[in-house]
Amino acid sequence: MASEDVKLIGAVMSPFVMRPRVSLNLKGVEYEFLEETFGSKSELLLKSNPVYKKIPVLIHSGKPICESLIIVQYIDETWSGHSILPSDAYDRAIARFWAHYIDDKWFPALGGIARAQTEEAKNEAIEQVFTGLKLLEEAFEKCSGGKPFFGGETIGYVDIALGCYLGWLRATEKLIGITFLDETKTPLLCHWAEKFSSHEAVASVMPETDKLVEFAKMIQAKFKAPANK
Amino acid sequence: MAAGKGVKLYGMWASPAVRRVEWALKKKGIKYEYIEEDLSNKSFELLQYNPITKQVPVLVHDGKPVMESLVILEYIDEVWKGNPILPKDAYERAKAQFWASFSEDKCRDAVRKVYFAEEEDTKMKAMEHLMEIIRVIDQELKGKKFFGGESIGYLDLVFGWMAFWLGIAEEVASFKVVDSKKFPNFTSWINNFINDPLIRGNLPPRDKTLEFFRNFRKLHLASCK
Repeated sequence: MASEDVKLIGAVMSPFVMRPRVSLNLKGVEYEFLEETFGSKSELLLKSNPVYKKIPVLIHSGKPICESLIIVQYIDETWSGHSILPSDAYDRAIARFWAHYIDDKWFPALGGIARAQTEEAKNEAIEQVFTGLKLLEEAFEKCSGGKPFFGGETIGYVDIALGCYLGWLRATEKLIGITFLDETKTPLLCHWAEKFSSHEAVASVMPETDKLVEFAKMIQAKFKAPANK
Repeated sequence: MAAGKGVKLYGMWASPAVRRVEWALKKKGIKYEYIEEDLSNKSFELLQYNPITKQVPVLVHDGKPVMESLVILEYIDEVWKGNPILPKDAYERAKAQFWASFSEDKCRDAVRKVYFAEEEDTKMKAMEHLMEIIRVIDQELKGKKFFGGESIGYLDLVFGWMAFWLGIAEEVASFKVVDSKKFPNFTSWINNFINDPLIRGNLPPRDKTLEFFRNFRKLHLASCK
């Protein structure tokens, strides 16, 4: 496997990039990490993902694969060892459903807090994040069956889908002074978050919360600055 | 909930996401019971099976619900092995899933922007953007009868909404983007798709669909004011 040509175009701060990194770590696959500079896009990125021009892009033996969860599934199917998606078709459908919910409904609500133009919109987004976490707490109870992860004994697809947003969740908590992962509201998720973050496949690629807070402040300042258009 | 054996599909006649699942079930030759939902008065069963998004389609297989049309398509393909829908090769499958997400995110969004645009300026800009998107699809279809090659495959089922519901949107919101001179491959694909025996008998009636979406658009625009 050492001669396998695996490259990942990404950035350390991106929760989407973190997903394939955790997956490759779980599989024990070595890869070359090609870090993009914030604010510009490399030739290789533009060539490998001409449709969206976004990271992450996995390049396996010259073939580009785009979209974080699609990359995770590709990694799971291509390399043996740790199983990311469940083996049962129905369990797989449930895992895919939750990953879709997390990306389609939950994370946009979290992002909506920073994007909100009014106090009302901000509060609505905050409510949605809490509601989503309650649903995910129930989902965790069902999926984990009393074990430490959504995937059971080991990290699975939904763990990766949700877990890679933990850095940004914690950063948002610091930025707005609200605790989302609350022991009294979602105790299972709180415990899960710690287990996930400290896992050896995750710890080295989880961005530090303080760095994310700094980064978020920098972006906010950029967008609020008078435009030189 | 009695775990009855068999396949049930909770749907709504005008929904493209529901049709997509029906086309897949037909392609696989799977027998199923169809339950029509009144979305303004959802059934107890639907809300029990899908309390999270409360949406159709919901496929119930031996009492267990599966939600989200693309998730349902993959589930169907994995459980019933004959007449495969998705490619077997991991890289080909990743490419197919990529284009599927392009349909669901970029294309849908682009159509919605034109469909709900009220000011002429906004509409023109949205139409230009939509045509850029269709140009990308047109390129992908070069030299192919279907996305799947000679016969309907996964991406045809995924993009199928554009073969019928885009035309509905054009008429309801008075715009035109499907141009056979600008997008010859896309236009041919539309004709090949809606005339294919798998699809032909399985599209909602055009007049009824136009009326439905005219009302839907009116209500949506009124609620935004």
